[in-house]
Amino acid sequence: MRVSVIVFPGSNCDRDVAVSLKKFSNKSPLMIWHKETSLPDSDLIVLPGGFSYGDYLRCGSMAANSPIMKEVKKSAEKGSSILGICNGFQILTESGLLPGTLIRNQGLSFICKNTSLKVENDKSFFTHNYNKNEIVNIPIAHNEGNYFADENVIKDIEDKNLVAFRYCNKNGDINEETNPNGSLKNIAGIINEKGNVLGMMPHPERATDDITGLNDGEKFFTSIIESIK
Amino acid sequence: MKSLVKIMPKKGVLDPQGKAIENSLKQLGFPQIKKVKQGKIIEIEIDADNESDAREIITNASNKLLANLVIEDYEITFLKED
Repeated sequence: MRVSVIVFPGSNCDRDVAVSLKKFSNKSPLMIWHKETSLPDSDLIVLPGGFSYGDYLRCGSMAANSPIMKEVKKSAEKGSSILGICNGFQILTESGLLPGTLIRNQGLSFICKNTSLKVENDKSFFTHNYNKNEIVNIPIAHNEGNYFADENVIKDIEDKNLVAFRYCNKNGDINEETNPNGSLKNIAGIINEKGNVLGMMPHPERATDDITGLNDGEKFFTSIIESIK
Repeated sequence: MKSLVKIMPKKGVLDPQGKAIENSLKQLGFPQIKKVKQGKIIEIEIDADNESDAREIITNASNKLLANLVIEDYEITFLKED
């Protein structure tokens, strides 16, 4: 299993995701600095959460144009799997690897809390250990997590079952009240059509240890690790 | 040559910041103010032989980085030299 975690200036969940990956695979990922112009062959490339380049201009816009991203795009084309969490999701949309974009939260506040998510796609590389419609508890921590795309894109994503997770409550209700940030259709995470790129605002790496009180991220990482094997 | 790129949220895209400013202005007693949108302006100094060349370069830069065309429109103007 070869995993690379890209580190941008301002990334701050790079170590957390590396710890989670190591916990379930027994193997430490490589940490790759954003200025690198080559990328080791990787089964999985992770764009971690944080505030790359201070969120200047638009969240993820600078990171999307950093030298390493050319290599990330090439690897994605060749079939490597790419995971973007939080700022990593923003980088994926800014770089065109996923459709749509993430705008300012509807309530204008930074939101940091545990949220319920409904697993919608339980067949993917990243999510197959979950059951369809399983409700999981995973934290969010963001200011720009409001998923937006035009109507045609949303229709396409939904028709092709590319929504990985939606925000809900403990009962699984998906509506305006259970939408923390204004995301269209309560979308919390999406997969590309090829199935090898996933972006999500919630942080599964913060839900893999009893010390955090949450364990629902475990199935996420074991899904990925089993897919690679 | 100096240019301004004005970047604004597209019609129909939620603009929570503009909305917050609008509400704040209403509370301050400006009932005449109907709608506020917030965008950004980027000032660029550029070496180019003429405005048309400069516009082409800045258009390219705007599409690549300055604006996100999913949610934003932009407009390029040139400043008169001092």
